[in-house]
Amino acid sequence: MLSHDFGAGFTEPVRDAQSCFRAVLDALAHPGKAQKLLASGQRLEPLQAQLASIMLTLSDHDTPIWLSPALLEGDVSGFVGFHTGAPIVGDPARANFAFVALGDPWPKLAECNLGTDEYPDRSTTIVAEVPALTGGPKMMLAGPGIAGTQEFTPAGLPEDFSLQWSENRALFPRGVDLLLIADDQVIGLPRSSRIVEG
Amino acid sequence: MNAVANYNFAYLDEQTKRMIRRAILKAVAIPGYQVPFSSREMPMPYGWGTGGVQVTASIMGPDDVLKVIDQGADDTTNAVSIRAFFAKVAEVKTTTHTAEATIIQTRHRIPERKLEAGQILVYQVPIPEPLRFLEPRETETRKMHALEEYGLMHVKLYEDIARHGRIATTYAYPVKVEGRYVMDPSPTPKFDNPKMHRSEALQLFGAGREHRIYAVPPHTDVVSLDFEDHPFEIQQFEKPCALCGAEGVYLDEVILDDRGGHMHVCSDTDHCEERREAGLMGVMGTKEAAE
Ligand SMILES: [Zn+2]
Repeated sequence: MLSHDFGAGFTEPVRDAQSCFRAVLDALAHPGKAQKLLASGQRLEPLQAQLASIMLTLSDHDTPIWLSPALLEGDVSGFVGFHTGAPIVGDPARANFAFVALGDPWPKLAECNLGTDEYPDRSTTIVAEVPALTGGPKMMLAGPGIAGTQEFTPAGLPEDFSLQWSENRALFPRGVDLLLIADDQVIGLPRSSRIVEG
Repeated sequence: MNAVANYNFAYLDEQTKRMIRRAILKAVAIPGYQVPFSSREMPMPYGWGTGGVQVTASIMGPDDVLKVIDQGADDTTNAVSIRAFFAKVAEVKTTTHTAEATIIQTRHRIPERKLEAGQILVYQVPIPEPLRFLEPRETETRKMHALEEYGLMHVKLYEDIARHGRIATTYAYPVKVEGRYVMDPSPTPKFDNPKMHRSEALQLFGAGREHRIYAVPPHTDVVSLDFEDHPFEIQQFEKPCALCGAEGVYLDEVILDDRGGHMHVCSDTDHCEERREAGLMGVMGTKEAAE
């Protein structure tokens, strides 16, 4: 059976996609604040249910996607092809979305699609699993969506993340946007956010 | 509206929603920047706010409560039709009370009541490009935004001052978002511009005919363009609302008879009704005048 081979999609596709989208919208509109991300459907190692939810909600044949090494193995490409039709690309600079499994290396932010001055929206969104959304090195965020400052302490970010992010911020309005997932929550970091401390 | 007979949840198919949702997320990440999207035919004419309708349809879920206003009123044909449309295709709860709504779709006004965190204001936008009347070519206006070349806009406003002694623009008064993009707030009166500044609500803008979506996230700086010697000012009204006595709100003129009789009343009908229900009254706010 196809559904067995490729893992299940959403249990209720219309309702679940809307719920996942609103979580992601809230996450990007309130940078650094964790939002509840409900996941439905079967999980398919190494593709976790929450990462799969965002993939099903946002990607389709119009959005080339990049997959981290662990995701390239196994049946994940079958799941992607069957449920989304999104072409898988090896170069993150050609991807609308870059999906990173827990523990896998991230693409360098600067190697992703950063958009153009006239079309800064034509850029990559990185969707990455991390071990936890709190408990990591403390950073403070400022920018649109934030009243004053917002604490940001995810664990498991790339070591030079702060530097990569400040370079990304300097490109504004170009740049990548970031979604971090752990357990059943998502945190958004749009390109407009500045790390003001940490 | 035959097309509605056999519909998807909130009318749009899932692929269209995905495309619009992606555009909305980019718009939130780049405040004030106009994201192109492929607008779909909706079962209503363009003038009816198809851009706003498509945005609302793409964000709305079964738990949302929708309010629709047209020039501040919940009871115009346009507002009633859009509300009925969503009640039918999304079976969503509707309301006329600003405080109860999770999504407010609007044409030409921002409610008087301060919007709260978690609320989303969806604007119906006819012409999203604030530079369009200065430069008709899309390729050129894109370049101007890319280079932050907003000098022409200031020249236009300054010509106003030279001609009228003040900036004459009262609707669609241009704003700068987070110090970067110049944005058209849609044809709201400039009276409403300060409400956009650091609002706790998320503001989304949809232009159907022009295929553009843009956004202002909560807590974002929205500053009306002005000059040091001619600072931005909102409209002032000499008298309070004749029905509810409200001051510091936007008023519409209502003609009472053919002998020049008129009164000024709240453009935000829900705000006016809530005040009158609370017992507040203006000079014409007798029981008979309300009926
Ligand atoms: Zn009133």
